[in-house]
Amino acid sequence: MQRNTPAGPRPGEYFQRDRTLQPPAYTQVYKTSATRSPQKPLLSLEQTVSEITGPVFGDHDLGPLDHDLIRNHAGDGEPIGPRIVVHGHVLDENGRGVPGALVEIWQANAGGRYRHRNDIYLAPIDPNFGGCGRCLSDETGYYFFRTIMPGPYPWRNYVNSWRPAHIHLSIFGRSFCQRLITQLYFEGDPLIPECPIVQTIPDASAVERLIATLDMNASIPFDSRAYRFDIVLRGRRSTLFENRLDGN
Amino acid sequence: MVRKLTYLRETPSQTAGPYVHIGLAPAYAGFEIFENNFTNTVAGPDVPGERIVIEGCVYDGTGTPLRDVLLESWQADANGHYRHPDDPNHGPADDGFRGWGRMCSHFETGVFSLETIKPGPVPGRNGRLQAPHISLWIVARGINIGLQTRLYFGEETDANAADPVLNLIEQESRRQTLIAQPADGTGTATHRFDIHLQGEKETVFFDV
Ligand SMILES: [Fe+3]
Repeated sequence: MQRNTPAGPRPGEYFQRDRTLQPPAYTQVYKTSATRSPQKPLLSLEQTVSEITGPVFGDHDLGPLDHDLIRNHAGDGEPIGPRIVVHGHVLDENGRGVPGALVEIWQANAGGRYRHRNDIYLAPIDPNFGGCGRCLSDETGYYFFRTIMPGPYPWRNYVNSWRPAHIHLSIFGRSFCQRLITQLYFEGDPLIPECPIVQTIPDASAVERLIATLDMNASIPFDSRAYRFDIVLRGRRSTLFENRLDGN
Repeated sequence: MVRKLTYLRETPSQTAGPYVHIGLAPAYAGFEIFENNFTNTVAGPDVPGERIVIEGCVYDGTGTPLRDVLLESWQADANGHYRHPDDPNHGPADDGFRGWGRMCSHFETGVFSLETIKPGPVPGRNGRLQAPHISLWIVARGINIGLQTRLYFGEETDANAADPVLNLIEQESRRQTLIAQPADGTGTATHRFDIHLQGEKETVFFDV
């Protein structure tokens, strides 16, 4: 599938990002942000064609198993841990599905260990689990992964800080100004409110929107439970200011 | 009482964390998994345009280069056309140029690099031309929401002086933080572009 066929409305600007619902650059609870946060205000930029365009991805970019983390790095056996489906829609703030969105995910294995040269946590690497996958949303914005429930893991922030079980997600919508990286958490995990990275988000309702819900209807009997997680990218105006934006 | 409109709200951002490479550039994490990988080569050998290399580091507030940062670039082709249907002048989609690249800093040195072609000038708002530029997006551990900036070219003195975005920056000295400079003695068209997250030389970042 090639995304972004120009069937929708002609180019309009994207809504201003609501920074009150986003983590600020500097957050005392998350110590690494102290030296990595810009201290001057961001310069507000009215969008040009450079911001409302972005890379176009298609099926040719992906392999047939890329969305299936249970199989995409399996050797002789299968990965260890509870099998889950993670699925939902990529939507924009107008509630419209975003077709052809590239969703890339990465995560720890069931023991909380990443397959990364810099991860030295004592839990073992799972020989049959890579921990990454990717897919394109369909024409309605729907996306779908199969994977293993990730384990929580300790990290250096306070002496005894633990990440809740989570999956990292990277999403390309239609434009470069919609670009987003986030993390998905799982309903009922008592580590969520304790986590300094979760606490970087100032708004409680915004945190709620990062928690995937158990979806029994989508569970596969005798195989996998399912979790539902919808992703919302910035919405856009219709054609009102097209001429100004294009500079004609 | 203000009544609420029924818009959805953008999903909140979370840091990409130290292991961003697993998902976005698994070879850097230390393993092979996908057949097709996204790389720092934006333009293959057959794409028309002036071949350039962008090289630099992202520095934290202590002056230390980030060694776990990931950057993405987005640019027009040599004619100033984006490969996207929302550019009214968009170029062909199938000639090997997407306009997008993904770079990881080196785990020891912190140096990132991008192999591409120099973009042409693109239209801005209200009919004003923008100087050639590359849009950049920066994520890493400790960065709570991706940072957006732009790279301009030092040799484009006149175009930069007329660029509507550079001219939005009130302090003239800060405009320099967005201008890549030709690297000396390399023999290739290598441009140096360092990004400073904090401090006196803090790069201008945009809310786009
Ligand atoms: Fe993580």
